Amino acid sequence: MINPAKHSARRRAYVNANIVAPAQGLNGKGGILIEDGWILDVGPKVTKDSVGASATVTDCKGLTLIPGLIDMRVFTGEPGTEYRETLASASGAAAAGGVTTMIVMPNTQPVIDDAAIVDFILRRARDTASVRVAPMAAITKGLGGELITEIGLLKEAGAVAITEGTRALVNANVFRRALMYAKDFDMLVVQHVEEPTLSSGVMNAGEAASRLGLSGNPAMSEVIMLERDLRLVEMTGARYHASQISGQNSVEVMRAAKVKGLPVTCGVSIHHLVLNENDIGAYRTFFKLSPPLRAEDDRRALVEALADGTIDVIVSGHDPQSADTKRLPFAEAAYGAIGLETMLSAAIGLHHNDGVPLSRLVEALSSKPAEILKLETGRLAPGAPADFVLVDVNMSWTVEEDVLRSRAKNSPFEHRTLEGRAVETVVAGESVFAYAPR
Amino acid sequence: MTRDARPPLLKRQHLLAIDDISSLEAIRILDLAARYVEVSRQTDKRQLVLQGRTQVNLFFEASTRTQSSFEIAGKRLGADVMNMAVANSAVSKGETLLDTAMTINAMQPDFLVVRHQSSGAAELLAQKVSCAVINAGDGQHEHPTQALLDALTIRRHKNQFEGLIVAICGDVLHSRVARSNIHLLNKLGAQVRVVAPSTLLPSGIANFGVEVHRSMDSGLRGADVVMMLRLQLERMTGAFVPSIREYYRFYGLNAEKLRLAKPDAMVMHPGPMNRGIEIDSDVADGVQSVIREQVEMGVAVRMAVLDALSRNMPGGDNS
Repeated sequence: MINPAKHSARRRAYVNANIVAPAQGLNGKGGILIEDGWILDVGPKVTKDSVGASATVTDCKGLTLIPGLIDMRVFTGEPGTEYRETLASASGAAAAGGVTTMIVMPNTQPVIDDAAIVDFILRRARDTASVRVAPMAAITKGLGGELITEIGLLKEAGAVAITEGTRALVNANVFRRALMYAKDFDMLVVQHVEEPTLSSGVMNAGEAASRLGLSGNPAMSEVIMLERDLRLVEMTGARYHASQISGQNSVEVMRAAKVKGLPVTCGVSIHHLVLNENDIGAYRTFFKLSPPLRAEDDRRALVEALADGTIDVIVSGHDPQSADTKRLPFAEAAYGAIGLETMLSAAIGLHHNDGVPLSRLVEALSSKPAEILKLETGRLAPGAPADFVLVDVNMSWTVEEDVLRSRAKNSPFEHRTLEGRAVETVVAGESVFAYAPR
Repeated sequence: MTRDARPPLLKRQHLLAIDDISSLEAIRILDLAARYVEVSRQTDKRQLVLQGRTQVNLFFEASTRTQSSFEIAGKRLGADVMNMAVANSAVSKGETLLDTAMTINAMQPDFLVVRHQSSGAAELLAQKVSCAVINAGDGQHEHPTQALLDALTIRRHKNQFEGLIVAICGDVLHSRVARSNIHLLNKLGAQVRVVAPSTLLPSGIANFGVEVHRSMDSGLRGADVVMMLRLQLERMTGAFVPSIREYYRFYGLNAEKLRLAKPDAMVMHPGPMNRGIEIDSDVADGVQSVIREQVEMGVAVRMAVLDALSRNMPGGDNS
């Protein structure tokens, strides 16, 4: 594929890196050669000498090079609540966190439930965002839970999946029809697994909630919705993805479903992998999430399930909230935390502290979401888009409000020191972020 | 007591939760309160240790007893007391809790006495304002002065806490009074029981260091103190318990059930009472009842808390 005779100014090489791309069987020293936004070659044979004078060469000095991250759960405020976050500001945070593709949720104003709005998102992203953006569309019109959207047209317009985003589609009959119809278009159906009549609480049900005098949301509300959904999947054969699971019982349910051979996958938020309910401390609203942070036993079960592949992907669940909606008593505060910029670092923390192999983390952050969403990114292979991240897995940095690029600052990692971070992010061959120590 | 030479009593700027304070701090407050009981029974009830101080009562939830108790306590100590009628304030125009508090804070009060329907509201304010915050009840979390006044009432009758069996009965799930009382009575060495149907018990309550009883029969047996909790009538609609008459039949305190407790058992209630629901009138007004004494102790305890916190202020004795 390499033709050294044909020199292009656009041809660039990153050499002397530790390449981790498990889906392509790469895990070791090597380089990557790119041109015009595409990968020409990648692997141990791409060295300074092999590319010669045909390309501009960057010496990675042993840093880790991984596929660009694909974040399957990102909320922005565009359109409708741009004061929270725009596609542009979110993409800045994404680039700084090694995320090269953001999958944005339909919970906007107006809701992404129409091909024209999918088109709007894609055009705005093209014009303003520094990373790739693809939307999930709503399953039902206006997220109303009753009338299914034009799934075929939405798919044609560029929606990569359908979901109700922050809420579950509760009506079993509507959900069954949506699954049946989506199957005909091979559209992925993504569910927020939470039985709403059992999850009116504001944090995990249990002793911690009782001590704080906060209403509890039992982990069983997730299990009940998940088990129901899996029966409907069995009935319809549609591709189903549980957006985030948070409890150890849900892990067992997913494990059994996969053994059964159902076309199902699931995700977990990075926050549920590294934090637990005790982090709420004295009513810290940045830790108010949906689903709620659960007990330490649950967290450990999630990490284990991630390591063994029962949990397929890691998401940031990036949900920007302003001070107005967070500086309130806990029960009244909004749910959600930002995470685009800290997801990779916190995931590397799982490698350092919980012994999760780096290759598995990379897979859960890049190639696996690409496979589930059928994207051409997320892999380091000749002919694939040149989206990758250069990572220093040992660099420590402290998360402070003024270093975060997101327009909102509701990070549960505020004031924490994380180990590992993206030092350069490349999207379609263009460097969109380079770390500059302050 | 003069304004000078007041020894420090509390190791904190705010009183937000009983869970935070030590038994020693609690006992010091009770001792001081006991003296304020005597002061309050004099013709001249004033002890001007808070002269020049400003106390703002910020009540987001309706309250007659607690608010007036704090008002009287502050006035007896010579503070200038202002009651914020929140219903008529900017809050009804959409101002947030913090904005309201910051606005008041800018007027330089020394105390902010806060009641709010959300757990953690007092904690949130304490992080942002510069004055001393006293939690007068936050959601389902804590009501520290209520626990202190209950403890003072118990001590006056039983002299000590060690080994006392205290049965807290009723809607423990939604009760901040129950939580504060459990924490304080445990710290002071009493043996605490909670008695309620399972639907009105918080999950993990056994780990609070209490004995859990689902029937009044076992829960009241041998008790030294029977503390009834108020049942919110809107919770009687079949949501947590099926009906008033069923609740009264199994969990209401009447003379017959009270006979299960020790003959000299005290009957307590934080008020306001639902007579004929959680408690019968003949018990509420009977010889074993100390319910009105609790109200009196409330003023003394609040005087003690205001006094103790003022000692840690700039310009106080221990600054």
